[in-house]
Amino acid sequence: MKLTATALALMVDGVAYAMILFLMSVGLTITLGVMRIANLAHCGFAMIGGYLGFMLVSKAGFGVILALIVSAAGTMVLGAALERTVYRWVYTTGELGQILMTIGLAFVMIASVNLVYGNDMHALPLPSSLTENMNFGAVSISAYRIFIIVVSTVIAGVLWAILEYTDYGARLRAAVDNPRMARCVGIDVPRMFSATFAGGCGLAGAAGFLGSPFLPLEPFYALEYLVPILMVVAVGGLGSLKGSFLAALLLGVVDTLGRYYVPALGAFVIYLAVCALLLWRPQGVFARGGA
Amino acid sequence: MSVPALEIDHVSKSFGALRVAREVCLTLAPGARHALIGPNGAGKTTLVNLVTGLLQPSGGAIRLDGTDITDLPPERRVALGLARTFQISSLFPELTVAENVALAFEAKLGHDRQIVGRLRDRTDIIDGTAALLDSLGLLALAPRPVTDLPYGQRRLVEIALVLALAPKTLLLDEPAAGLASSDRNAVLDLLLRLPSALTILVIEHDMSLVFRLADRITVMVEGEVLVEGAPAEIRANPAVRDVYLGKRSHG
Amino acid sequence: MTTDAQASRIVRDAFSRHPLSWIDALPWVAVAGLYFAAGTYLPLGTQVMIAIIFALALDLALGFGGIATLGHAAFFGLGAYAAGLYALDISTEPISGLVAAGLVGGIGGLIAGPLVLRTRGLTLVMLTLAVATLLHELANSFKSVTGGADGLFGYKIAPVFGIFSFDLAGRTAYWYGAAVMAVVFFLCKALVNSPFGLAVRGIRENQVRMRMLGVPVISRLVMLYAISGALAAVAGGLSAQVTKLVGLDSLTFTLSGNVLVMLILGGTGSLYGAFLGATLFVVLSDRAAAVDPFNWLFAVGIVLILAVRYAPQGLVGLIEQLAARAGWGRGRA
Repeated sequence: MKLTATALALMVDGVAYAMILFLMSVGLTITLGVMRIANLAHCGFAMIGGYLGFMLVSKAGFGVILALIVSAAGTMVLGAALERTVYRWVYTTGELGQILMTIGLAFVMIASVNLVYGNDMHALPLPSSLTENMNFGAVSISAYRIFIIVVSTVIAGVLWAILEYTDYGARLRAAVDNPRMARCVGIDVPRMFSATFAGGCGLAGAAGFLGSPFLPLEPFYALEYLVPILMVVAVGGLGSLKGSFLAALLLGVVDTLGRYYVPALGAFVIYLAVCALLLWRPQGVFARGGA
Repeated sequence: MSVPALEIDHVSKSFGALRVAREVCLTLAPGARHALIGPNGAGKTTLVNLVTGLLQPSGGAIRLDGTDITDLPPERRVALGLARTFQISSLFPELTVAENVALAFEAKLGHDRQIVGRLRDRTDIIDGTAALLDSLGLLALAPRPVTDLPYGQRRLVEIALVLALAPKTLLLDEPAAGLASSDRNAVLDLLLRLPSALTILVIEHDMSLVFRLADRITVMVEGEVLVEGAPAEIRANPAVRDVYLGKRSHG
Repeated sequence: MTTDAQASRIVRDAFSRHPLSWIDALPWVAVAGLYFAAGTYLPLGTQVMIAIIFALALDLALGFGGIATLGHAAFFGLGAYAAGLYALDISTEPISGLVAAGLVGGIGGLIAGPLVLRTRGLTLVMLTLAVATLLHELANSFKSVTGGADGLFGYKIAPVFGIFSFDLAGRTAYWYGAAVMAVVFFLCKALVNSPFGLAVRGIRENQVRMRMLGVPVISRLVMLYAISGALAAVAGGLSAQVTKLVGLDSLTFTLSGNVLVMLILGGTGSLYGAFLGATLFVVLSDRAAAVDPFNWLFAVGIVLILAVRYAPQGLVGLIEQLAARAGWGRGRA
């Protein structure tokens, strides 16, 4: 009985981690899927959102939900500003150039954050209502994890609704499927992309803030979670939101369970799994076949 | 009848529900000058991709000099004597013209694996490249990177490249496309001077080139062979005219 | 009408050349100069040479073959651990240790190559990153073999040729490193000037066309990758022998990123870029990182962005542009 309780708690942990990974990866998968830009600074936006929210909560006394909204918005604005400037350069180079430029940008973000906050770790101080564990009989689950799962699912649901039911969503899906064709039918792909890029940054910022109690903020956050996110995107398929969701779930749960049950192998399992998945389906395990 | 140089035997290709080639049959005798014409989207380039192995057919077989090559990868088909040019010249942009052609010789001679010895000492590759470029009048272009060349000259370089392979069967995908008339004449001249033992299949829209070069013409429409015959027959064929001019609105 | 001999000469001259010239002597002038002029900097000089060897190896794969990899540290680490374990368990003789390291790296390339090199673009980059991270995790887990986070240490290295023992001032290490660098450089030169060298550049430029010339592209790339891996492993092995320490930092993304930055700054596809970029990077990072690692990171970030935008061919490219304006010839990949 205790084993199942632990397993369940771990599952919740894994799903919560997966949700954070998912929110972080949404922006990246769209960026890669629509404009084929390798944006390795994406995790930096998550970091910045996290620090913003942290500042709002600890210095300005904002509530968690309000801080979430404001930090997401702030990151979105930063994303939009950078898209109009630095990323214009990124668009003009080849794949390797993009990787290098965006890594450079990530370095600048890391150094800037360190300048303001130093390189200690910072975890979000949670209100007491969220720090407790919720008890269901023998099973004890962190309330905050549940909170994350709920909030993320709501956000995911809203995203999905936008994609499926709005005009904007339809045009975005067209642009992901076939950017050239979309342009031919009159969809302003570059402008749509700018807006979507900013949105993706905002989501990443939200994820950075939401996850900060257990993914602590420190300057190298920008590179620390880059590899897991890249893997979520690669496995899920570029441009596929559903793919990212499933891939994040898979990777998040496997990683969490793996670290607990097979600590000797540690993260080895997850990277082996990713290698195998990428070799089996280079275009992404969950991607729609073709294109 | 001797073994055909190239035999496309009821070849079909579908992408899901989309049929791009439907039971296409085409046979080339050795030394043939065969043209493949048809409106855009008829499946001509797809057919060439199937023959060269960049695409796998959904059905049918392809035979080169009697050997079944349907399951062979492109590299092996080239080794058996097949070569092609692309609609947009496929060359090595940052390398010089000499290096481009030398690579073809190198591949042909099997020297591409050699890590010992200097390329500059390989007189077989160098002399072959020099002789070929000279015979085509391209020697002056030798030191120029391909990326610096105008479109028309790149076309000629690509033809030099494939000739270096000394192929037995050559597939040309719209060699005259996008060329000014002087360049087009240069290309046609070159094609007319090719060895008669070489079997040639050319996709073209330029009818004057087709009628001067080809001894047989196949017309493809929407993935299927419409008709095949001698140039005069094709020219007179009303169905062919309809395909190009569109069905008349009356009658 | 040109004669056959004239025509052949025109063609021969039209090949990109990497002949031995006075430029090739410069690094060794610098090596000698440092030894006699600034003896206290010998260990730093040795670090520079290790980085140059690593960058040369990467240039083969990336600059000449077009293999974009974010995981080349995997080979460096393989070589480092191989040399360390060789010294611990088999023999303290240094040269055979380097050979062992190179072999391990080459075999690693032969195993990973056929799997990884089937992919292209971002998937390839991701895979190289995943494989390198995998090795890092493996090294971390198998503590009994690799020493885990503590690493390998405490092994001795016998005198080179039985005569030159490794002294505390680092003199032997310095000349040992210079000799290895010379050997690796000449191997790279020979490879680049060979028919294979032209073939891999062709693969970099246009893989489809290479297949249409009858060349099995993946086989050739695997061969290049294995050679590059072997040389990168030699760099790692040299590092292990000279510093007498092997740690997990020889397998990190940071190391892969650093060598990539070195090569981009210096310029890919010319071999000389490896010398310039590695020297600049190691010297600057040694000075700057000691002062303030985060400002160094900031500077690297800015330089990366500006370099890709304004000088994509790196320092070598800038120098070549200046030389072209002055009227000298071209000779790179």
